[in-house]
Amino acid sequence: MTVTEERPPTPEEEHEAIELLWEEAPGAPGFFASVDHKRIGMRYIYTAFIFFFIAGLQALLLRAQLTSPDSQVMGPQTYNQMFTMHGTTMIFLFNTPVLAGFGNYLLPLQLGTRDMAFPRLNAFSYWIFILAAIFMYSSYLVGRPPAGGWFAYVPNANKTYSPGINMDFWGLGVTFVGISTTVGAVNFIVTIFKMRAPGMTLNRMPIFVWSILSMAVMILFAVPALTVGTVLLEADRLFGTQFYEAAGGGSPLLYQHLFWFWGHPEVYILFIPAAGMVSTIVPVFARRRLAGYKWVAASLVGISFISFGVWVHHMFATGLPALAMSFFSAASLIIAIPSGVLFFCLIATIWRGEVEWTVPFLFAIGWFLIFLLGGVTGVMLGVLPFNWQATDSYFIVAHFHYVLNGAVVFPIFGALYYWLPKMTGRMLDEKLGKVSFWIMFVGFNLAFFPMHVLGFLGMPRRIYTYSEGLGWETLNLVVTFGSGLFGLGTLLTLINFFMSKVKGKPAGANPWNADGLEWSTPTSPPPECNFESIPVAAGRHPLWDSEKLEEAESGSDEATRSMGPPGALNRQTPILSGLQSGPEETMDIPEPTYLPFILALGIAVIFMGLLIQAAVVGVLGLAVAAIGITTWLWRTEVDLQ
Amino acid sequence: MARARHRVVSLAAVGLVLLAACSREAPNVLEPEGPGAKSVASVAYLMFGLATVVYVVVAAFIIIGALRGTKDSRISDNAFIWIGGLVVPTVILAGLAVVTVKTTDTLRKPDADALKIEVTGYRFWWGVKYPEQNVSTANEIRVPAGRPIEIALQSVDVIHSFWVPQLAGKVDMVPGQRNVIRFTADKPGEYRGQCAEFCGLQHAKMALLVVAEEPGEYERWVIRQQRPRGGPGSEREAAGEQVFMRSSCAGCHTVRDTEAQGTLGPDLSDFGSRRTLGAVAVENNKANLAGWIANSQSIKPGNLMPPVTLEPDELLNLLEYLENLR
Repeated sequence: MTVTEERPPTPEEEHEAIELLWEEAPGAPGFFASVDHKRIGMRYIYTAFIFFFIAGLQALLLRAQLTSPDSQVMGPQTYNQMFTMHGTTMIFLFNTPVLAGFGNYLLPLQLGTRDMAFPRLNAFSYWIFILAAIFMYSSYLVGRPPAGGWFAYVPNANKTYSPGINMDFWGLGVTFVGISTTVGAVNFIVTIFKMRAPGMTLNRMPIFVWSILSMAVMILFAVPALTVGTVLLEADRLFGTQFYEAAGGGSPLLYQHLFWFWGHPEVYILFIPAAGMVSTIVPVFARRRLAGYKWVAASLVGISFISFGVWVHHMFATGLPALAMSFFSAASLIIAIPSGVLFFCLIATIWRGEVEWTVPFLFAIGWFLIFLLGGVTGVMLGVLPFNWQATDSYFIVAHFHYVLNGAVVFPIFGALYYWLPKMTGRMLDEKLGKVSFWIMFVGFNLAFFPMHVLGFLGMPRRIYTYSEGLGWETLNLVVTFGSGLFGLGTLLTLINFFMSKVKGKPAGANPWNADGLEWSTPTSPPPECNFESIPVAAGRHPLWDSEKLEEAESGSDEATRSMGPPGALNRQTPILSGLQSGPEETMDIPEPTYLPFILALGIAVIFMGLLIQAAVVGVLGLAVAAIGITTWLWRTEVDLQ
Repeated sequence: MARARHRVVSLAAVGLVLLAACSREAPNVLEPEGPGAKSVASVAYLMFGLATVVYVVVAAFIIIGALRGTKDSRISDNAFIWIGGLVVPTVILAGLAVVTVKTTDTLRKPDADALKIEVTGYRFWWGVKYPEQNVSTANEIRVPAGRPIEIALQSVDVIHSFWVPQLAGKVDMVPGQRNVIRFTADKPGEYRGQCAEFCGLQHAKMALLVVAEEPGEYERWVIRQQRPRGGPGSEREAAGEQVFMRSSCAGCHTVRDTEAQGTLGPDLSDFGSRRTLGAVAVENNKANLAGWIANSQSIKPGNLMPPVTLEPDELLNLLEYLENLR
């Protein structure tokens, strides 16, 4: 693939050379070896959506059981297993990875670079995710799914009260999947600080990038607490330690502190990127720049800070000292202020814009109306006396589905309609999309609004049945009907997706006339190397600032051209240091490799060994992982020469 | 008057249709029967009212903003951000913080005159002790109406949570920890409560009743529990007692003043006067009790009582004995 030295290559020759260089092997070898952020990102999204529909099916079965009093659709054991897996799946196997998938796909494109900072680590984090998911779901294959709740409170989740390997699938699986989230976060942060296109200073970064940055920093601080929590849980379960055993001098509340120190930030880890998606979609279809860009960025960062000071509001009923609780109560109220700022920046954008009612915009409006209610009930839950009544009742189920299902899933669907055309090259059908939205929106509110009332009528969470005559029958019927409707709405989008593959309109480069650099790639889907010439960001909305863009291009001729085709011809991409906005050196992008998969596989075998308490298996896994990581590090040396 | 106004606000908030669908018998947080629960309910009404106003105004801005279809506006971006995003929320939240502190203070105030009770969580039932009166029972807590109650909450196994919505918010029962809940029941009545922390297989059927009685009636019950138990009143009862003592029953259950002193299951000393069995799983009558003894797993699967196999005659005698424990 050498370009002849004698005569400068024509642009066509260059283009062909670049395509050949970046091309990945087709079929299985390419699949297991790929380090391309676009392929990995889409894999994340598709895999996560499989789990979305599995968790949705579980939810519908749970609702079938609760439709009427004393119903016999399933027994308590099955119900407890199913609500455990529903929650675990939605948090760990759908929401978190699907947002990581969008981040993976979009970040390099929005930043104007050719891949993530650590492409092999990126592949590794996907393999860990999918292997951890298979690990957790293999509990169904052996008929022992966990039943201790997705929160696994001790002592109920300890060996005495949850015997068998059921809860080990959960404890080990969650520890396992945490590896993926953590390395993914490191990758996002480094990519954002090192790989921005020329001209893209921090205050020109797309809001979605700000949201991923906030998310990644939160993950780095929050996930270790969860990992400690689950590792100690498994130590208690597998090796008989007493971290959480009151009788042995341990503390059951220690677990809750560790769990919620992750658990509350986790809500925002999911919410913030979703808000970033909405903040990207709204200006595009309001046809004006985002109002209060700095306010939005500051409120995303602000929310992520404050979110670390609110975890105790999950524990207001555990008998903590009043003074401690009032601190967390205050923090839980204060966090509403940056959320309010974010909200009104978007309202101002819409108010002073000219709206085009596309499907992504509809989902953004759905987000507004749902998150508003979830936010308002969230403030209520910060008020101590109210919390004591509402906590662990159906009011909470209502509240967090408004936040985690409404305020996260609606933006994700909006993002699908918005970005899938770039990813697949095909438009989704607008009409079917609108029908899907309205059915989802009506179904959602029918399913979750009445739950607020049920909570106030004394219905606790996590009950598999209830008796007649408690006044809960009618509302439960409405809830089940609504959840079915919501499920139907999501199916229509799934159908829409498959139909677009067959007969979707070609998307072209920029079907929405949008502003971000991801739309500046010449084709949809983008070429393997993203950009043959690294673009320049002349403003916060590069494609809307095209006049300025041209000006900047000629202005910073040397910097950009040097990073243009020659970089792409060497599988390189420019990097910058610190807060500088210009590229300073180049980074080699690794060739496709099986190493991330081998390392992940080794780690999976280690966890399997722990699960079945077989030292041989553990050692085998350790050996595979050691080979994987040693080769990986050794190859890094080679690559750098 | 205040109550009526509250009701109007709450109807607006919760939705007319939905509230109409709710029946009176629900253990409704918004139909409180004690001072503590009442102050929480008024906080709830206040917040539902505020929430309704906030929701309607903000949603109106979003929808009108999206539909008006012009870029001309007299409201600047900064006005939106400062007034809507910062000033108004700060004022509302500061107000709520004051309400929180005030209500929390009144709710947590101990009362020297309070009747002290100890409730212990078991999977999946409630042990109840009156330490000053030296009385034990289970799953039904008798209290004198109008007198402040202070319950010390503990658990012998996993975390449970004590929740009687019409009387007070929740307090968890955590192993190795002693939490306290305080409430007063204003009027005589039965108040249903339920475990609110997931505690395993039968979390759903771990309910309890707080039975508030006229003080005199409550006193009579206490005195009856303190009097030494007389012998069986009939031959059948005597035969039933025999069955109870030599079968597996006595190993797990206590009947005061007898050799049955088991502690794994509920204390049955006043069983005949209880309204329900199996921690409010079913009504306490002969048919249900017979079914429960024969195979409680069919009524409350996963509870820790094994099936008891008895001859029909033995069962009838046992029923007679149990129904007369008062």
